[in-house]
Amino acid sequence: MTQIPLPRPYQDTAAYWEAAKAHRFIIQKCRDCGAHQHYPRGVCSHCLSSALDWVDASGDATVYSFSVNYRAPHPGFKDQTPFVLAIVELAEGPRMMTNIVDCDPETVTIGMPVTVAFDDVTEDVTLPKFRPKA
Amino acid sequence: MEPGQLYRKAAIVGVAESDLGRVPGKSKFQLSAEASKAALDEAGLTKDDVDGVFTTIITEGGQFSSMMMAEYMGIRPRYTDSTSIGGSSFVAYVEHAAMAIATGLCEVALICHGSTNISDRGGRAGPVSGAATVFGPAQFEEPYGVSTVGSYALAAQRHMHEYGTTSAQLAEIAVATRKWASMNPKALMRDPITIDDVLNSRMIASPLHLLDCCLVTDAGGAVVLTSMERAKDLKKRPVAVLGTGEAHTHRMISQMPDLTETAAKISGKLAFERAGVSHGDIDVAEIYDSFTITVLLTLESLGFCKKGEGGAFVSGQRTAPGGDFPMNTQGGALSYTHPGMFGIFTVIEAVRQLRGECGPRQVEGAELALANGTGGVLSSTGTIILGRE
Repeated sequence: MTQIPLPRPYQDTAAYWEAAKAHRFIIQKCRDCGAHQHYPRGVCSHCLSSALDWVDASGDATVYSFSVNYRAPHPGFKDQTPFVLAIVELAEGPRMMTNIVDCDPETVTIGMPVTVAFDDVTEDVTLPKFRPKA
Repeated sequence: MEPGQLYRKAAIVGVAESDLGRVPGKSKFQLSAEASKAALDEAGLTKDDVDGVFTTIITEGGQFSSMMMAEYMGIRPRYTDSTSIGGSSFVAYVEHAAMAIATGLCEVALICHGSTNISDRGGRAGPVSGAATVFGPAQFEEPYGVSTVGSYALAAQRHMHEYGTTSAQLAEIAVATRKWASMNPKALMRDPITIDDVLNSRMIASPLHLLDCCLVTDAGGAVVLTSMERAKDLKKRPVAVLGTGEAHTHRMISQMPDLTETAAKISGKLAFERAGVSHGDIDVAEIYDSFTITVLLTLESLGFCKKGEGGAFVSGQRTAPGGDFPMNTQGGALSYTHPGMFGIFTVIEAVRQLRGECGPRQVEGAELALANGTGGVLSSTGTIILGRE
């Protein structure tokens, strides 16, 4: 089975992926302007401060948009189709790309409340995904 | 100096395509160079006249694109530009070239593009990368199965949610564009289609069906500009660059500020202001149609209709031959050709329409044309307004 493309952690992102592996979902918060951001960067994209803290995110989000994908964009996704590609809006504000899992793809709607669900795709890599909030 | 003062000083004097479709025997470099030769020939210029080169190749072998293509053609420019903002790059180059010519930084600008997208990739509209691991911010999208069509589908779904836009309204665009293609011998897909054909075609990424998606082809294209003064001595009737704009708002679809509005809101406003014309003055529009939703969002963002009203605007085959908004008159990326970055072909067709060279698909009396390129995943736009001299 072909592996899906996996993240190669780097300076900006290593802490995020380490936390995900431990089933913690963290995002960045700027000490200077107070804004949250995702994806992780070396500076705050709101004010360019380098004073960023990692904070635990609530894991709560709503679906901002989604698409049921019937074609695998990479051989690694062949056994996952159809899968739900989505952008969710985190309770803290930032949006992120993810998959909506643990539900019938046809039942996903915009505005649906979802919560983080960790997918251990390999021994080393865990992807934060989202499932409908119970 | 106001930017507006720099317009009407540069003209497009040559445009050409290479062989289009499936061209297995030719490299993307050759397609780019052959289109360049044809565009220069048309103008009555040679490669030795060229002192500005504008190109980008985003696929393998394209690093340092303007150096690489200039070397390939034996050109040593004194003005160079490899701006890489996706398919809109080639429309943005018209702005860059017009400014460089107006300020005397170069005199003859060559914009060129070549791609062997179908021969290289076997036609899949495929992955952003085939890499086993993903470096950079893309690692927050690719592991989730993002693709180009998936990204545009997210925008389409959101637009439907906010404004009630329907798949049938998106299909209107594909159907109208195919009608134009049927009048262009160079178009790859020329058989008529119906709205039902689009709706019944395979779902690729909801809500986008196969026939909502552009083709994947090999193709090259080129555009040559020079000063209005020099243009008057060349072979073709000059087409003036009247106004331009460019903008980008994000790189990755998850970072798009508003999935229902593109950077054309900025680039279009700039182009109209600088050209000093209004929407009703435009006789023909060439709008990059990577997907049907791209067109709908672009028409709204450019201000041809209000936000949310794009579906109604394109209904009733308004953009088809005989409709009151002639658009994508060569058959667009949906039906004519699409080599991965289509922007240059919007410019080529706009110029041909203004010269009156389009035969059965000619828009009668076209004096003002707008071309808009979109690049990345609804990330960047270049808008130009051209006029017959």
